[in-house]
Amino acid sequence: MNEAKTMKTTGQTREVWRRLKRNRAAVIGGLIVFLFFFVAILAPVISPYPPNEGDLTKRLKPPCREHPLGTDPLGRDQLSRVIYGARISLQIQVVAVLIALVIGTLLGMVGGYYGGKFDNLIMRLMDILLAFPGIFLAISIIAVLGPGLTNLMLAAGIYSIPQFARIVRGSILSLKEKEFVEAARAVGENDFNILFRYLLPNSMAPMIIQTTLRMATVLLTASGLSFLGLGVQPPTPEWGAMLSTARAYMITAPHVATAPGLAIMLVVMGFNLFGDGLRDSLDPRLRD
Amino acid sequence: MGRYILKRVLMLLPVLLGVSLVSFSLLHMVPGDPAELLAGEEANPEFIQALRKEYGLDQPLYIQYFHFISHVVRLDFGISIRNRQPVIKLLKERFLFTLQLSFLSILIAGLIGLVAGVISATKQYSFFDNMSMIGALFGVSMPIFWFGLLLMLVFSVHLRWFPAGGKGTALHLILPAIALGAASSAVIARMTRASMLEVIRQDYIRTARANGLREFIIIYKHALKNAMIPVITVFGLEFGYMLGGAVLTETVFSLPGVGRLMVEGIFQRDYPVVQGSMLLVATTFVLVNLLTDIAYAFFDPKIRYE
Repeated sequence: MNEAKTMKTTGQTREVWRRLKRNRAAVIGGLIVFLFFFVAILAPVISPYPPNEGDLTKRLKPPCREHPLGTDPLGRDQLSRVIYGARISLQIQVVAVLIALVIGTLLGMVGGYYGGKFDNLIMRLMDILLAFPGIFLAISIIAVLGPGLTNLMLAAGIYSIPQFARIVRGSILSLKEKEFVEAARAVGENDFNILFRYLLPNSMAPMIIQTTLRMATVLLTASGLSFLGLGVQPPTPEWGAMLSTARAYMITAPHVATAPGLAIMLVVMGFNLFGDGLRDSLDPRLRD
Repeated sequence: MGRYILKRVLMLLPVLLGVSLVSFSLLHMVPGDPAELLAGEEANPEFIQALRKEYGLDQPLYIQYFHFISHVVRLDFGISIRNRQPVIKLLKERFLFTLQLSFLSILIAGLIGLVAGVISATKQYSFFDNMSMIGALFGVSMPIFWFGLLLMLVFSVHLRWFPAGGKGTALHLILPAIALGAASSAVIARMTRASMLEVIRQDYIRTARANGLREFIIIYKHALKNAMIPVITVFGLEFGYMLGGAVLTETVFSLPGVGRLMVEGIFQRDYPVVQGSMLLVATTFVLVNLLTDIAYAFFDPKIRYE
C-alpha cells in the first residue's frame, strides 16, 4: 500500500512539475525567486564592499564603474547594501511566514476538525485580527511591541496568521467527511494521527500556494514598516529603511531610491508569479 | 433582507468588542505604569495620581475596561499626551483627510480597473489584454511608498505638474491618490476581467448576440451588470485596505492623515492617540465591510438565503 502511495505521490509531483515548467510566467517568477535566494545566501561572497562601511568623500555618487549602483548619503556602496538587503528581507520573510504557517495551520486544523465553540472562538479571534486593515494591523502590533527587527518579524508573522488559519480550516472542513478519513477512524486511528497523517498532507497544496504568495505580502509589509521607521533600524541595510533615507535625496540623488525600490518590486513580483503558477499547476480548477 | 442585515450587524458586535479590547490592552501591554505612560515623561506625581483616579487605573482591569468603553462610546478617547488636546479633535481632522484621500483613490482605481478589465475581457489575449495584465502585475508588486516617490520625482520635481506634498488644493491629492490606488486598480482590473470572461460565455449573452443586439449594448448593459456583482466586494475591501495603506502615502507626501497621526503617536509614546487611531480605523474598516456585504446581498439575492 505504501508503495502504491509513493508511486501516486511521485506521479502527481511529476505532473505538477510538468505543468509548472510549461507556465512561462511561473518559470520567470521561479528564476527571480531563485536569484533572490542565491544573492541572499551568498551576500558576503558576492558583495563588492562591506555594507556598512562608507567613505564620506564619496557620498551620493551616481552609478559608476567603481560603484555600479552609486553610493548613499554616507558614501556606502549601494550595490553591496542592496545585496545584503536581500539577506535581511529573506530572513524577515522566512521567520514571519513560518510563524504564521505554524500557528495559523494549527489553529485552522483544530478549528476545522473539532468545530463547535472552539472553532467559533478561533474564527472570531481571526476576525478581530482582520478588523485592522492591511499594514495597519502590523503597525498596531508594533505599537505594543516597539520597533526593531525581531518585533517586525513577529508583527509580520501575526499579521499573516488569519490567512493561513482560514485556508487550512476550509481545507480540513472539506476533507474531514471524506471516505479516507472515515476509513482511518474505522481502523482506530486517533485524532492526532488523522490530523497530521491524513488531513494535513492533503491540505498541502493550498498551504504551499499561500506560503509563496505570503512571502510577497510580508516583504511589502515589512519594508513598509521599515520605511515608516517602525521596523529595521539604520544602519542595517534593509530595503524599506534604505528608501526611507533616500526620500530626503530624491531631487539631488534619485539613484539612491531606485535600487532598493526595484529590488522590492522584483522579488514581490517573483513570488507573485511563482505563487500564481503553483496555484495553476497544483489545482488547475482554480485557474482564472 | 432585513433579517440578513440584522444577522450581519449582530456578527459585528463581538468583533468590535475584540477591537476595543485590543486597543484597551495596548496601554497595559506596554512596559510601565499606565498612569505614568498616560501622563507623559515630564509629569509630576500629583498629576499622575490625578490621572490614575480619573481613568480608574487603580481599579481592577475589568472595571478599567468598562470605564474605557463608557468613554469610547461617548467618543471620548482621552487627551493627547503631546498636544494636550482632546484626541477626538485630532482624529476628526486627520480622519476626514484620510477618508477624502481614500475616496479619491478608489474612484481613480475603480475607473482604471473597470475600463482595463472590461476591455481585457472583451479582447482576451490581445495586445491590450497582455499589456494591462502586465500593468496589473506591476501594480500589485510595486511598494506604495516607492511608487509614490517615483510619481513625485517625475510629476512634481521634473514636470512640475503637481505639488510635491502637503495639503490645500485638489491638486495636492492627485499623486497620493494614484500611488495609493495603483494596487487596487490592478486587483479590480483582474477581478473585472475574470468576472466578465465568465459572464460573456453564458447562454444569455449568446442569445443577445443571436438576437442581433449591438455589441456595445451587450457588453456594457447586459454583461457588465452581472459581472459587477463580485467586483463590488473587491471595491469595498480595497477601500477598506486603503484606510490602512494610506499611512505609507501620507508619509511619502507629508500629508496629515490618521495613519501618520498613529505612527507619530507611536514614536512620541502618545498612547491615547494610538488607541484612538486604532479604534477609529478598525471600526470604520469593519463598517465598510458590513456595507459591502449588504450591497453584495442586495445585488445577489442568492447570498441572502445561504
